[in-house]
Amino acid sequence: MDFMQVLTSAFSSALGPQAIVFALAAIGLNIHFGYTGLLNFGQAGFMAVGAYGLAVTVVTLEFPFWLGIAIGLMAPIVLAIVLGVPTLRLRADYLAIATIATAEILRLIFGAVEYKDVFGGTNGLNGYARTFQDFNPYSSGLDLGIVRFRADDLWSMTVGWTLVALGCILVWALMRSPWGRVLRSIREDEDAVRSLGKNVFFYKMQALILGGLFGGIAGIFYALKQASVVPTDYSTQFTFFAYTALLIGGAARVLGPVVGAMIFWFLMSGLGTFFGQATSGADPLIPTWAMTDVQASVVRLILVGLGLMLLMIYRPQGIFGDRKELAIDAR
Amino acid sequence: MRLTLKVLVSAFLALLVLCAPIGAGATEAPTPSPGTATEEPPGEANTPPQDGPYIGVTLLNSADDGAPLPGVTLTVQSPEGQAVAEGVTGPEGRVFIPIPERGSYVVSIDPTTLPAGIQFDGSTERTVNALLDGGNFAQFQIGAEERVQTPFAERLVTATLGGIKFGLIVALAALGLNLIFGTTKLTNFSHGELITFGAIATYVANRGLGLPVIYAVVAAVLAGAVFGYLQDKVLWKPLRNKGIGVIAMMIVSIGFGLFLRFIYQYTFGGSRRSLSEYGAQRRDEYLGFINLAPKELGIIVVAAVVLTITCIALMKTRLGKAMRAVADNPALSASSGMRVDGVVRSVWILGTALTALSGALLAINSQVNFLMGFKLLLLVFAAVTLGGLGTIWGALVGSMIIGLLYEVGPLFGVPSSIKEVGALIVLILILLIRPQGILGRRERIG
Repeated sequence: MDFMQVLTSAFSSALGPQAIVFALAAIGLNIHFGYTGLLNFGQAGFMAVGAYGLAVTVVTLEFPFWLGIAIGLMAPIVLAIVLGVPTLRLRADYLAIATIATAEILRLIFGAVEYKDVFGGTNGLNGYARTFQDFNPYSSGLDLGIVRFRADDLWSMTVGWTLVALGCILVWALMRSPWGRVLRSIREDEDAVRSLGKNVFFYKMQALILGGLFGGIAGIFYALKQASVVPTDYSTQFTFFAYTALLIGGAARVLGPVVGAMIFWFLMSGLGTFFGQATSGADPLIPTWAMTDVQASVVRLILVGLGLMLLMIYRPQGIFGDRKELAIDAR
Repeated sequence: MRLTLKVLVSAFLALLVLCAPIGAGATEAPTPSPGTATEEPPGEANTPPQDGPYIGVTLLNSADDGAPLPGVTLTVQSPEGQAVAEGVTGPEGRVFIPIPERGSYVVSIDPTTLPAGIQFDGSTERTVNALLDGGNFAQFQIGAEERVQTPFAERLVTATLGGIKFGLIVALAALGLNLIFGTTKLTNFSHGELITFGAIATYVANRGLGLPVIYAVVAAVLAGAVFGYLQDKVLWKPLRNKGIGVIAMMIVSIGFGLFLRFIYQYTFGGSRRSLSEYGAQRRDEYLGFINLAPKELGIIVVAAVVLTITCIALMKTRLGKAMRAVADNPALSASSGMRVDGVVRSVWILGTALTALSGALLAINSQVNFLMGFKLLLLVFAAVTLGGLGTIWGALVGSMIIGLLYEVGPLFGVPSSIKEVGALIVLILILLIRPQGILGRRERIG
C-alpha cells in the first residue's frame, strides 16, 4: 500500500481539470438550484450542447475554431430558452423530469448511429482542439511529489481555474445585486415575488440561461481538455455527481460549488486509488472473496450514492451553506 | 425480430474470421499448410495454418437454414488491387486463406463459382482489416438475392403487439411510481432501481436457489414487498417524521438510486445474464395475424391480470379508498382518524411489489442487467407524466401510449437505435400542451 500515491492522485484530481469541469457545471447548478430553486437535472445536456456545438462546427462543418466556441456558447442559451418556455411555469419536479429527459434525448441523438455523419456516433468527434493546444505555453509537466500534472493539464488548469474565478466573481456580484435578491426571493416564495409585480417567469428564465451557460462552458472546457467529445460522458450520472459536488460545498454560496468539486474529486480519486491498491497485487489488503479489483472501482460510486443521501438528510447546507438560506421545498 | 428474420431470408451470411496464429488451432486438427492453400482442392484448405496471419471465411446460405456453401472461390487482394491469395471453400463452407502480412485486404467472391440459382445484388467484396492479434473476426452479410420486405401492415401489427407488451411492463412500474407519488408526493428517482431489484431477485431465485422461473417471479414479487416495507421503515418514514421537504427527499432518492445501482453492479457484475428458462422462443400464430412467443403471451396476460386486479382493488377496497384519501389530503385523513403512516406503508409495499413484478417480467422478456431499470426510469416518468402524475388510470393510459410510441415509432421515422427519443419528446410536448397529463385533474401545478 503506497499512501503517497493515494494522496498524489487525490490532490492532483482535486486541483486538476476534472475538478474544474465539475466546478463550472456546479456553479451553473448553484445559480439554478441554490439561488433560484430550479431543479435542473439536465446539466449534462447543457454541457453536451456546448461541447457538441464546438465539435460539430469545427469538425463536421469545418468552420474556424473561434466560431465553434461562439456556437458552443450559444447552444446552451438556446437550449435553456427551448426548455424553459414549457417547464418554468410548472412545479419544481416537472422541471426536473423535463430537464433530465431532454439531457437524455440529446445524449441519445448525439450517440445514434443514424446521425454518425454529424455527431460521430458512439465514438464521438475529435480533432477540433488543435488551436487550444497551440496556445499552450508550458513545455514540461509539473511534479511536486504531492501533485503531478502533464504539460497540457497545466494549460487546461490555467484556463480552467481562470474561468472558475471569473465565474465566481460574476456570481458574487450578481447575487448581491437587486437582481440576485429577486432570484433568492423567488426561491423562498414565488407568489410573494409575483404579488410585488415582478415577472417571475422572466427571472427564472434568465437564471436558467445563465446557469445553463455555465454548464455549456463546462462542456466546452471538458471537450477541449479531453480533445474529444463522447456521448457517454454526458449521461445523467454526471448531473447527479455535479449535484453531489454542489451539496458537499454548500448550495447558495459563491465558493460552495468550487470547494465541493475539489472535495468530491479528492475523495473520488483518493478512494479509487486506495481500493485499487488494496485489491491489487499477489496478497491484497482486502481478500479477493470480499472484493475483486473490478469491484474495487465500483466502491467509490456506491459511496457517492450513500454520501449524497446522508448529506441531504443530515447536512443539506453542505460545508459552507447556511441552513436558513436553504429552505428548499416545493409548494 | 420477425422483420430481421425475413430480411435475412435468402441472403448469404459470410463469417469472416481473422486470426493471428495465437488464436488458431483450437478448431481443427493441425495441418500446417501455409502458402499452399491457393492451389488446394476444396476440403483441404479448411484447417487454419499454423503460422502467419490468414483470413478465414465461412459461407453459409441463410436461405437454406445456414447450410454451408462449398466450392466457392474467394480472392484476396491488397488495397492496390493486386491479387494476393485465393481459396476455395471446403465442405463446411469454410476456407482459411493465408496472407503475407497483416494489413488491409479486399476479399471478394467469384460469383461464377456459386451454386446455381444464387445471385448477389449487393457487393461481392468486403474490406478486411487484418491488424489485431488473437481471434479477430467480423461477421457480415454479403448481398442478397431478393429482400423480402414484410408488408407494412404486418410490421405494424408486430410493433403494436410489442408496444402493448412493453406498455404493460411499463404500466406495472408506472402504477407503483404513481401510488408512491400520490400518497407521499415523492418523485422517486430510485424507482428504476426497484425495477432492477425485481429482475435481480428473479435471477437469484432462479439461478441461485434453483426455483423454476414462475416461482422465482413470485419470490421476486414477495421480496419486492418486503423491500418496500423495509425501505419505508428504515429510510422514508424517518425522513417524513423529520419533516424533510419533498425536494430534499427527491435528492435523497437520487442518492439512494445511485447507491442501489452500484450495489447491484458490485454484487451482480456488469454483464447481461439470462434466466434458466424461457430464452429465445419460436413465435406461434394466433387468430391468423398475431405472432407471439408463449413467454410474450404469458407476460401480457400476467401483466394485464395483475393490473386489472390492482386497479379494481384500489377502486373498491377500504385500503384503496384510504390511499386515495391520503393522496388527496393527508392532514385531513389523519384528523379523521386514519392511520396515515399505515396507509403509506402499504403503498410502499404494494408499489414496490408491482415494480418488482415489472422487473421480473422484463427479465423474462430479455435479460438481467444492473442498469436495466435505470434505462427504463425515464420512460416510466414519461408514462406517468403523460397520463397524469398521481392518477391510477393515468399511469395505465400513459404507459400504453409510451409503449406503443416506443415500438411503433421506428416505423414512422424515429431512428430505431434510439427508440426512447420519441417517447421522451412526447413527454416534453405534453408538458407544453397539457401539463397535468391526459387524465390529471386541472389544478395549478405552476
